[in-house]
Amino acid sequence: MDSSPDRITNPWGARTPYAPGDPWPVRTDLHLADGVTEEDVERWVPSASILHSNGDAMDIAVRGGRIVGVRGRAADRVNRGRLGPKDLYGWQANHAPDRLTRPLVRENGRLVETDWDTAMGRVVSRTRALLDDRGPGSVGFYTSGQLFLEEYYTLSVLAHAGVRTNHLDGNTRLCTATAAEALKESFGSDGQPGSYEDIDHADTIALFGHNMAETQTVLWTRVLDRLEGSDPPRLLCVDPRYTPVARHADVHLAPRPGTNVALLNALLHEIIRTGRVDRAYLDAHTVGYDELAAGVERCTPRRAAEICGVPAAEIERAADLLGDAKRLTSTVLQGVYQSHQASAAAVQVNNLHLIRGMLGRPGCGLMQMNGQPTAQNTRECGADGDLPGFRNWQNDQHVTELAELWNVEPDGIPHYGPPTHAMQMFRYAEQGSLRMLWISGTNPAVSLPELGRIRSILAQERLFVVMQDLFLTETAQLADVVLPAATWGEKTGTFTNADRTVHLSEKAVDPPGEARADLDIFLDFAARMDFRDKDGGPLIPWRDPQGAFAAWQRCSAGRPCDYTGLSYDKLRDGGIQWPCTEGAPDGTARLYTDGFDHAHPDRCESYGKDMVTGAPVTPVEYRSLNPDGKAVIKAAEYLPPHEDASPEYPLQLITGRTVHHFHTRTKTGRAPELNAAAPDVWAEISPAEAATQGLADGDLIQVTTPRGALRARLRTVAIRDGVVFVPFHYGYWDTPEGHRPPDGLPGRAANETTVTDWDPLSKQPLFKTAAARVTLVTRRGTPPRQNTDDARTGSSA
Amino acid sequence: MNGIGVTLRALHDGERDLETDLLAVAERHRTEHEVHHVATDVARWSREHAARLAALGPDRGVELSGPRDHTPGALTALREKAAQALGRRPETGLLLLEDLRDLHLAAVRNSLHWEMLAQTAQATRDRALLDLATDCHPQTLRQMRWTNTMIKVLSPQLLVSV
Repeated sequence: MDSSPDRITNPWGARTPYAPGDPWPVRTDLHLADGVTEEDVERWVPSASILHSNGDAMDIAVRGGRIVGVRGRAADRVNRGRLGPKDLYGWQANHAPDRLTRPLVRENGRLVETDWDTAMGRVVSRTRALLDDRGPGSVGFYTSGQLFLEEYYTLSVLAHAGVRTNHLDGNTRLCTATAAEALKESFGSDGQPGSYEDIDHADTIALFGHNMAETQTVLWTRVLDRLEGSDPPRLLCVDPRYTPVARHADVHLAPRPGTNVALLNALLHEIIRTGRVDRAYLDAHTVGYDELAAGVERCTPRRAAEICGVPAAEIERAADLLGDAKRLTSTVLQGVYQSHQASAAAVQVNNLHLIRGMLGRPGCGLMQMNGQPTAQNTRECGADGDLPGFRNWQNDQHVTELAELWNVEPDGIPHYGPPTHAMQMFRYAEQGSLRMLWISGTNPAVSLPELGRIRSILAQERLFVVMQDLFLTETAQLADVVLPAATWGEKTGTFTNADRTVHLSEKAVDPPGEARADLDIFLDFAARMDFRDKDGGPLIPWRDPQGAFAAWQRCSAGRPCDYTGLSYDKLRDGGIQWPCTEGAPDGTARLYTDGFDHAHPDRCESYGKDMVTGAPVTPVEYRSLNPDGKAVIKAAEYLPPHEDASPEYPLQLITGRTVHHFHTRTKTGRAPELNAAAPDVWAEISPAEAATQGLADGDLIQVTTPRGALRARLRTVAIRDGVVFVPFHYGYWDTPEGHRPPDGLPGRAANETTVTDWDPLSKQPLFKTAAARVTLVTRRGTPPRQNTDDARTGSSA
Repeated sequence: MNGIGVTLRALHDGERDLETDLLAVAERHRTEHEVHHVATDVARWSREHAARLAALGPDRGVELSGPRDHTPGALTALREKAAQALGRRPETGLLLLEDLRDLHLAAVRNSLHWEMLAQTAQATRDRALLDLATDCHPQTLRQMRWTNTMIKVLSPQLLVSV
């Protein structure tokens, strides 16, 4: 057992090498509060990680009514006992002294404590008034990737069929909307094809814009254990940064940000040119191959080399690696999803697997990864605005099914168009037609692009902002009503990771003060609003997590994400992959082992979209293109990025996540070890670029774009020349200003500088294509000048 | 100049105008970010169409000038500033819907001209013209589909809120 690991400096822990096809060995990780031993622990309560998407199973250690640590669950298929640094240390945030314990309401411009009746009374009276005066289009909900399934489903029903608004989204829009969209485009429906066990079997692993070593540390541990075992897989890394993944890669391609489609088209071109396509698979299972072959015919490695700034020979080497693979596993994440032409690029990775016939078999895993821990549930429950159960808003039969399930009229469920995504909701709020925004468990005042704009939207007098969270976040400070929420360990529910594994997370301790589970807050709202079905019964009849889970099971029946074979009891023994049904009681390791059922016109979640404009394909077109329900191969042309480097802004700015923090640090910034490991923002450029700009490691620099600026200590690291990287985690809650930069000075949030632009298909904002310049503020070692520097902007090394 | 020449000119001028109009709408509605970016992307198609039509013109007896020069100038900056000032008023929503409607109608007009030329090219076995129409007409249809989609998505919100 790895019992007192310093997992800050070594996030991946000790190696347990294994051979292809062998089960991944167990290694149980444990971290308990100082002075507590395993014998002191009174109860171990089953749960899983809520600080990344990997779904690492753990038991929460409880003593004296408090959480005192965590231990990995050795029997669980996902992590086999291992935990990452955020899992080991992050639980301490539950006990942070500044947890919200009472509701707050704004009085004369200030937030003051109140009781639940007063706070909910204000929410309900404003909702009622807006529905009467302006209709459901004036109310929007923006939720999270960190609530539980039961909460999302309840929110989804109350928004879709109670308030009847089309404005419902999750912050999963920022992290996994493109994963969902790419899966819908290629396979007709959301749903991860692969399984983590594919790592055990693969002979080739390709990571596209996925710094797995930092975003899913335990999955990366699995890869490292394969690399140290016999017959290790070959590794391809596509990333402009020289990440830990790149250091282990056989081939590392570092393209110019914004050129993924050009690069992927060249890889497809080479595989087709060298005759390494699986013709029999294509004929049996796909439509659209000829268009792809024609589309990439002129996309030679030489042409891509000019666009991407990568040697043609390296592109050919990468294509050989992919083309020679017998068992190819690929993963895709933010380097693709948050970049220009996000969905078009992610779809080309799907195409890579389709033309090579590498799906549905051990080792042939395709993983369009998730960023947030419960993002999968946001998507399947429809808390991202989609219809629950991966139902298709353009398919009247699907809408009718839901209407029957909820006992409402079909026209009571808005389906006149695609759901309103988060960025469009903020636009409607800016433009004045959306007057109430209920935000739960997310922090747009730090996480959305162009923060100056976001703050000014949230601060508008005419917009009523409800904020439901654990702490007085940057966003909460701008709200009109703040509702204190319980979190992981303080409530019961289920959530699902990036490889469809469902875990149960049980209540271990009571929430602080008057804080309530998000589920209870939503149920309270539904009861106060008195939402009814068409026979006058309550629209939402359930009262607890079990009831919500049972309702969701009925909703999921017969859909790709079928939960009908699961129960809380069953999940207490460990995670199970959906679909889990009477016929498949142990769950399903891989989708698409025998065709693409979910792509059938009658069953598919989406008919697809135009790869440039995002305009939906009509049902009639889809039916004629894909009458029998096969995988759809969609070609995409490369388009130049919307914002490129210029003489005034000669660099390209990319933002991203790092190993010690999650999202906007609301939890990880309150875990002492994690905070100490990375207490403040920094910026990375290459040593050569630093020399060109006259800068040196440790200098305080300013990164400026057409939107704004931030200041950070410079780290010179191995990264593509011409690119500057800034972690996006840092905001202002632990600075004197609380929610914004100091007056008249640049702040430290990366999103002060990012561009408001999103992928037209997935509507995911682009955080990896902004033109920027860097300038010196003060040299390393120079004490910050009074009134010109934020004293907290210190080195974070 | 026969009917083919007349139609080539009409389409060439139509594509030229559509490019200009798409770019103008992109500037005018800079605060509508998706409209701004996608309009700029699909304007590129019209630009290529105008250039390719101009290249084909002389063989068909018409001299066509090709796309306009669109270096962003002072006027652009002014329009963008105005867009940002107007971006907080609900009435701007109506203006956006009207602009999208006009773009859609312009694209429909171009589409019908492509149809006429493609049919004639097929009948007269004019390979070069048929290839051009085969390449370009689908992109015109995508411009139509996109403007129609934006109108569908935005109307319920923008018409109710004015």
